[in-house]
Amino acid sequence: MLSTKRIDFLKNQAKKIRKDIIEMSLRAKSAHTGGALSCVEILVSLYFEIMNINPQNPYGKERDRLVFSKAHDAKALYAVLAERGFFDKKFLEGYESNNGKLPGHSTRHCVSGVEVSAGSLGHGLSMAMGMAYAGKIDSKKHRIFCIISDGECDEGSTWEAILFAGHHKLDNLVAIVDYNKLQGFGHTKDVLNLEPFSKKWGSFGWEVVEVDGHNFNELITAFKKISIKKNKPTVIIAHTIKGLGGVPIYVNKISSQYKSPTQEEADEAIRRLSLK
Amino acid sequence: MLITGDLGFSVFEKYIEKFPRQYLNAGVAEQNMTGLAAGLATEGKTPFIYSIVPFVTMRNFEQIRNDICYQNLNVKIVGVGAGFSYGPYGHTHHGLEDIGVLRTLANLTIFCPGDPKEVEFVTRQALKIKGPVYIRLGKAGEPVIHNTKSKLEVGKGAIITDGKDLTIIATSTMLYRAFEVSKILAKKGFSVRVVSMHTIKPFDSNIVIDSAKKTRAIFSLEEHSIIGGLGSAVSEVLAENSFSIKFKRLGVQDRFTKVIGNQEFMREANNLSIDSVVNTILRYVKND
Repeated sequence: MLSTKRIDFLKNQAKKIRKDIIEMSLRAKSAHTGGALSCVEILVSLYFEIMNINPQNPYGKERDRLVFSKAHDAKALYAVLAERGFFDKKFLEGYESNNGKLPGHSTRHCVSGVEVSAGSLGHGLSMAMGMAYAGKIDSKKHRIFCIISDGECDEGSTWEAILFAGHHKLDNLVAIVDYNKLQGFGHTKDVLNLEPFSKKWGSFGWEVVEVDGHNFNELITAFKKISIKKNKPTVIIAHTIKGLGGVPIYVNKISSQYKSPTQEEADEAIRRLSLK
Repeated sequence: MLITGDLGFSVFEKYIEKFPRQYLNAGVAEQNMTGLAAGLATEGKTPFIYSIVPFVTMRNFEQIRNDICYQNLNVKIVGVGAGFSYGPYGHTHHGLEDIGVLRTLANLTIFCPGDPKEVEFVTRQALKIKGPVYIRLGKAGEPVIHNTKSKLEVGKGAIITDGKDLTIIATSTMLYRAFEVSKILAKKGFSVRVVSMHTIKPFDSNIVIDSAKKTRAIFSLEEHSIIGGLGSAVSEVLAENSFSIKFKRLGVQDRFTKVIGNQEFMREANNLSIDSVVNTILRYVKND
């Protein structure tokens, strides 16, 4: 169990990151804000509590790796990396801007801490698995975390990767599904139903943990338990809400995938965060 | 390390025995195999991924583009069955568009060796190149063309025989065909330059320009669509250098084949038999 003080700290980090995301969205008039907001607590848990990382030595051999496969939501990754000290926050101004350093879809080494290029869905888990496989060959202790979207689970290549990781018992691999249940043009249950989702993963040889993806206690407890299960990769199915903490009219709406806020909406959303 | 898409029966057994830790069967899942290789390469491994040409170049094209080439990772892609090597299997197994699609990818080196000596050469070079490489292999047991003194260089076409009248620039499985054709043309009084274009990318523009200056006609010869492959690459060089030389692309026409048969049968059906190539060249050259 985390102390109340620590939880408050993490919650405040999440607020700061939401503010950054809203501001990036406003500046760049960018889409894909809802999915960035839904994975904030996942990223904060990993970067502030779970992963063995060092912003001063971002590519140290023993580090834990994060593959951000749902790269269309890169705003969230960039904001967390900046907040964690991987690069100067002023680079966030270059998000989706002419000659900016931060592409709409995160690109390998575009800034310190971004491990792989992604953007086309269904690529990240395979790459993460390659890293995990290499870790096994070399008897390394570090872990590979891979954040994927629910829409990404429509891709056949994602299931190729799930099959492979289960077969090869890659227990140094952790997939996290940001299961906000809204994809490009509809609800996941209406577009291509993923359910029974946890049973599918489980039947492919994965250890499955379901959590409230906005609850730090649940997330961190789940992440900390991971090393207990040997010979199995782990998937954390994080139930989340698209657009949470952003502009109220877009919360849990498909529009959160496409709409960028007006200045007034952004101001109001940031005010509601009541940052400390 | 070697990663196969569940192919290699009776080919890889000795390798597996010798290097069990450097072998992985990724299953019949080429997209995952390609992403997996990219992930391994980020960790300093040198994966060679292997399958039949269409499955290791087109099924997984986007993984090659995004995961390997965009990130400029040290992955080698090995396709077996260039052209009509798998002739009887039907079009799904023919390797006729791979050069065309892969040639569009930045950072990728493309090797199309035409004989065992070139295969050995490009394999060794692929290891020296710290970046993405595609190696296109035949499977007929192509005869040795190069003698022991031949000097091969990455990105440089090799002159197999020199001549003054016309040039045949051949690649991959058509190298020996070019050699056969040149012997017949020689008997008919033509002095033929045969160039082996074992590297398609980076492309050797200089040897094309040199051939355009020194001979009167140029023919490209490949077991690949006439669109996008060697013929296109040669055309680009000739057009951009404003040569008004006689030039013809010899390859597979822009159509899905309706017949099936062994490699030589398929070549004949696509005007790539020795006689067909000789006749096309003669018709074209005599048409002055």
